Amino acid sequence: MAVIRTEHLSHVYSEGTPFVKMAIQDVNLSIEEGEMVGVIGHTGSGKSTLIQHLNGLLKPTSGKIYIDGEDMWADKAKLREIRFKVGLVFQYPEYQLFEETVYRDIAFGPKNMGLSEEEVDKRVRQAAAFVNVTEEMMNKSPFELSGGQKRRVAIAGVLAMNPKVLILDEPTAGLDPKGRDRILGQIQEYQQDQKNTVLIVSHSMEDVAKFAKKVLVMNQSKVFMYDDTEKVFEHASEIEQMGLAVPQVTKIFMRLADMGYPVDPHTYTIQAAKQQVLRLFEEQEAKQKKGGM
Amino acid sequence: MNDFIKAQGISFSYHVEEGQQPVSVFEDLDVTIHEGELTAVLGHNGSGKSTFAKHLNAILLPSGGKVYIDGMDTADEEKLYDIRQKVGMVFQNPDNQIVATVVEEDVAFGLENIGVPPKEMRERVDRALMDVGIYEYKKHAPHRLSGGQKQRVAIAGIIAMRPKCIVLDEPTAMLDPRGRREVMETIQKLNREYGITIVLITHYMDEAALCDRIIVMDSGKIILDDTPKKVFSNVRELKTVGLDVPQTSELIYEFLKEGYNLPKDVLTEDECIKAITTLFRRKGIKPAKPEQQTEDCSQEIV
Repeated sequence: MAVIRTEHLSHVYSEGTPFVKMAIQDVNLSIEEGEMVGVIGHTGSGKSTLIQHLNGLLKPTSGKIYIDGEDMWADKAKLREIRFKVGLVFQYPEYQLFEETVYRDIAFGPKNMGLSEEEVDKRVRQAAAFVNVTEEMMNKSPFELSGGQKRRVAIAGVLAMNPKVLILDEPTAGLDPKGRDRILGQIQEYQQDQKNTVLIVSHSMEDVAKFAKKVLVMNQSKVFMYDDTEKVFEHASEIEQMGLAVPQVTKIFMRLADMGYPVDPHTYTIQAAKQQVLRLFEEQEAKQKKGGM
Repeated sequence: MNDFIKAQGISFSYHVEEGQQPVSVFEDLDVTIHEGELTAVLGHNGSGKSTFAKHLNAILLPSGGKVYIDGMDTADEEKLYDIRQKVGMVFQNPDNQIVATVVEEDVAFGLENIGVPPKEMRERVDRALMDVGIYEYKKHAPHRLSGGQKQRVAIAGIIAMRPKCIVLDEPTAMLDPRGRREVMETIQKLNREYGITIVLITHYMDEAALCDRIIVMDSGKIILDDTPKKVFSNVRELKTVGLDVPQTSELIYEFLKEGYNLPKDVLTEDECIKAITTLFRRKGIKPAKPEQQTEDCSQEIV
């Protein structure tokens, strides 16, 4: 079943002023439960506006959003409950830490949900473990931690609410390559363990190629594509024209294919590229052996 | 070339809490940066690169050793004004650096502070706005610009001061690919056309690849200092210190690991394609449509 579904969703900012802007336009989307989705689109493409609709931070100008089959704005009394189902981690979430200790900061969300103390404790420890927040860090002030640690604590605070859908807006911005891989790896593990739906907004097609099964491409307020990662990368040149960066290895393989070499132009990870070339060598050797006989 | 920045045996440490042991960021670091160089500084979070950058216009002073900027000691308080006019800094978040409500006023802010006459100010502001390609937005409100545009406004504010050197601390970390490209093109242009010395701190390997020189820091030490080609041929070393290499270098490294004989210092896409097609030719794999062969192929038959 689709855990997120939108019907003709549109949002207009500053209506009735000279700054009126159609931020998203007629978005029809259906995201299945358990998907790991990469969301890409350049600044101003509407991706942030879209994700802010998914947990009710913005109200659609027109159209509908269904979370877990329920119309989000049908009954205002239910909105709070629906919001608990969709956890949103903003960009630079470490600036939102505020509690006296790491433990209390992570516990803030589940406490607000009205869970028992035991349940809160269980959730805090589980969420902390996912993002490798150690026992030793739990009693520290969040402000004593390094930038990367703070970010992991902030993510744990949302994980602890155990949302059915987890949305992260550029969780790796400003981190070094190791930090990026670590956070993406931890989110991936969490998703595989909990089997919930995860959407990650990213500017890095290289990262998206590594983790996402499906990719949502936003362009000029509309959904350009929502499909399997391989299918989306087949449109690499169009995506590049939108101002997004296609992985270097994809560009190289597109050029090799253009030159007439028997390679797949839709290659987007180093490992896939290497395997492909090695396979080509094997085939060639086999062919030459045959010819030599 | 003139040694524009000279850090001699510098150390820096800070106190986390009263009475506790100070934490050392770096010790006995020597760095020389020549006039007109475009240098990238790489290192993982906490490697000391931002702390180093803040020593270059005397925001921080070394606890041991000396930093000289164009021959002036940063510890000499009387020279502080001169040093800061020679070295401008651009930080990560463009929103934290913009003070005015109109683009051109923001760019004029530094000039007003040093009392530049109005006519000259007008010229310098316009020139700076043109240099970063933002002249047409001079009457706009900065908060309505994109991240890349805002960051270029911040750079314009610096170059209007006519510094000899600009230090940029992760200027593209918060930008999208288009914004990153705009900022990188601006930086390269300032370096090429005006000979401004650039120190670029970044986490993006593709940006570092565009520089003349890369300094790699780890735990407060310089572990590599060479041209991008040479630095990025150390794939394994860079990965162990939490860094990455451009995909071109990594792909070739994978084939080297398999025992294929290829140049170790592949960096650009053209070089990568050349290496792979050489490998193909050795194996007898030919392009299906030879008439469409591009220059890359014909050149490599040496």
